[in-house]
Amino acid sequence: MPRILRINTRTKEYRFEELGQYANLGGRALTSRLINTEVPADCHPLSAENKLVMAGGLLAGSTAANSGRLSVGAKSPLTGGIKESNSGGLFAHKLPKMDIHAIVFEDKPESDAPFQTLVISTDKVEFKDAGEIVGMDNYPAHDKLLAEYGDKAIVALVGPAGETLRQTATIQFTDPYKRPARSAGRGGTGAVLGSKKIKAIVLDPASNAPVKPADNDAFKTARKTWVDILQGHPVTSQGLPAYGTAILVNVVNEAGAMPTKNFRYGQCDHAAEISGEKMAELIEARGGKVKEPCHTGCIIQCSQQYNDKDGNYLTSGFEYETIWAYGANALIKDLDDIATLDRICDEKGMDTIEAGNALAIAMDGGVIPWGDGKTAIELMRKVGTSDALAQIMGNGVEFAAKAFGVERVPTVKGQSMPAYDPRAVKGVGVTYATTAMGADHTAGYGVCQNILKVGGDVDGLKKDGNVEISKNLQVATAAIDSMGFCLFAAFAVLDAENGVQAMADLVQSWTGNSFSIDDLVNLGVNCMKDEQDFNQRAGFTKKDDQLPRFFRTEPLPPHNVVWDLSEDELQGAKA
Amino acid sequence: MGIEIKCFATLSRFLPENSDDHPIQAGDTVESILDRLGIPTKEVNLIFVNANRAFLHTELKDGDRLGLFPAVGGG
Repeated sequence: MPRILRINTRTKEYRFEELGQYANLGGRALTSRLINTEVPADCHPLSAENKLVMAGGLLAGSTAANSGRLSVGAKSPLTGGIKESNSGGLFAHKLPKMDIHAIVFEDKPESDAPFQTLVISTDKVEFKDAGEIVGMDNYPAHDKLLAEYGDKAIVALVGPAGETLRQTATIQFTDPYKRPARSAGRGGTGAVLGSKKIKAIVLDPASNAPVKPADNDAFKTARKTWVDILQGHPVTSQGLPAYGTAILVNVVNEAGAMPTKNFRYGQCDHAAEISGEKMAELIEARGGKVKEPCHTGCIIQCSQQYNDKDGNYLTSGFEYETIWAYGANALIKDLDDIATLDRICDEKGMDTIEAGNALAIAMDGGVIPWGDGKTAIELMRKVGTSDALAQIMGNGVEFAAKAFGVERVPTVKGQSMPAYDPRAVKGVGVTYATTAMGADHTAGYGVCQNILKVGGDVDGLKKDGNVEISKNLQVATAAIDSMGFCLFAAFAVLDAENGVQAMADLVQSWTGNSFSIDDLVNLGVNCMKDEQDFNQRAGFTKKDDQLPRFFRTEPLPPHNVVWDLSEDELQGAKA
Repeated sequence: MGIEIKCFATLSRFLPENSDDHPIQAGDTVESILDRLGIPTKEVNLIFVNANRAFLHTELKDGDRLGLFPAVGGG
């Protein structure tokens, strides 16, 4: 029976305990329940009282397709509210092979204590001095760890941004190609781990017990149905593998909803130069990989490997939101510069959305010229050093806006908005406003109905229907994150009659616990309730569930629409 | 002047030669243009005309910009 591993980062003691009140929870449902139960909502996010928890989903360890996502939970340094950040990579599927359901990092060493590498085996945790890799970028640090612990080791680590407690700091995870290219990206979880002086976590390659479904026959049947659903939908079987998420550059631009020049316009003149089609063309020409999985069992394969002009690996998982943030919102036209910035974010361990938006703020504040990719690269390479400008950039949008005197600040609850202007995609705008996470597209992707015609067709330019779709998507997403599924599976599920039942069947046959569609929905609802409860106790009110004023007063061309949902209307999206 | 046609992603192979200024006839709809260009309607999932959501029955007029996509996702 999988256990919870609690590690005290000050005393270096650890203990394995039964799930107790966290039984039947996984992924985000577990991380949010634990943070809501155990972390004082009004504590400082970098204090000893904050905890960081990593949990695989209910299907972690299984061979169900696209079920290996990891949830990382904490009180967020960026937002001051509860945070669940989600990552691909190999970590989630490894934990059950060590009889571990979740790992909780507690307490905090003295501020002058050295950074540690934790080596976790089935029944033991070793603290080792991380001196050799402190200050290193993530790729070389990861290489050193694999050289020391074997190339089957699975690693989580913070880069220079996390070591220096930047609010944009990520935790990076080993991917199937033995690179630290998968991120728990949003909300600054890397700063929480950095505050506890943890530089890296190594999961022992020798701890590898087999894990089996509780009901083997039922699981095999459900697994086959699930693969058929994913392979039967054009988005998950063709669109995403062929072009990755970067296909959205042209789509969202064509829809007049791609935020450009710090959310001033809805279309970008150079969209074609930074598009998914252009990216795929360059990848092919330079011998990269147009599609690759982000974790074991991923059959959607929307990631890719992007090589530089000399044909050498530069970055992978080159996402729409990253290309948008640097390419449209900060006006950088050169895909190679954008790819270099993506790589720098992986190296320093920074959220690409928050870092890219902070760059747009720096440009808006006249600190560097609009669209200047080379100067942006030079600046971002300094994150994690004592360079004052780079320190500001590492702290994200609100911090940078104050430093540079910029009033145009596209954030909710302290977290900046991704890649879809809420004035023209009101479904995702409702999610930005109301999710406990702050502005987060992945918490309830109304773009599906507003632009992509998946799961229905609701006009993103109008209010009607958008509170309802956001709420339904938020519940569904919380459930998906709790089972450990990739969120992109939702494209197929939204259109498949038997999609939700297939997910429930997988969980029931894998865990051996009764799990109906109602249980699945309740998993999502109760998770959201935990998150909303924490945030209320942290001081958030319905006034925090609203978009910044300029979205309500300034029309977005080409549609010339504004954000027109009221505070009270928005409360309809809460659980 | 005609219309501007953009065929994205896997539909790019259907892009006509004169895509920047494609002549149209009175009463042309998205569907009639797809038919003339040999684009199977089942391959087209997203249609935009001048940044607005459009449909097979949407009528086109000179100067319009028509954007066509297959089924795509991301996020």
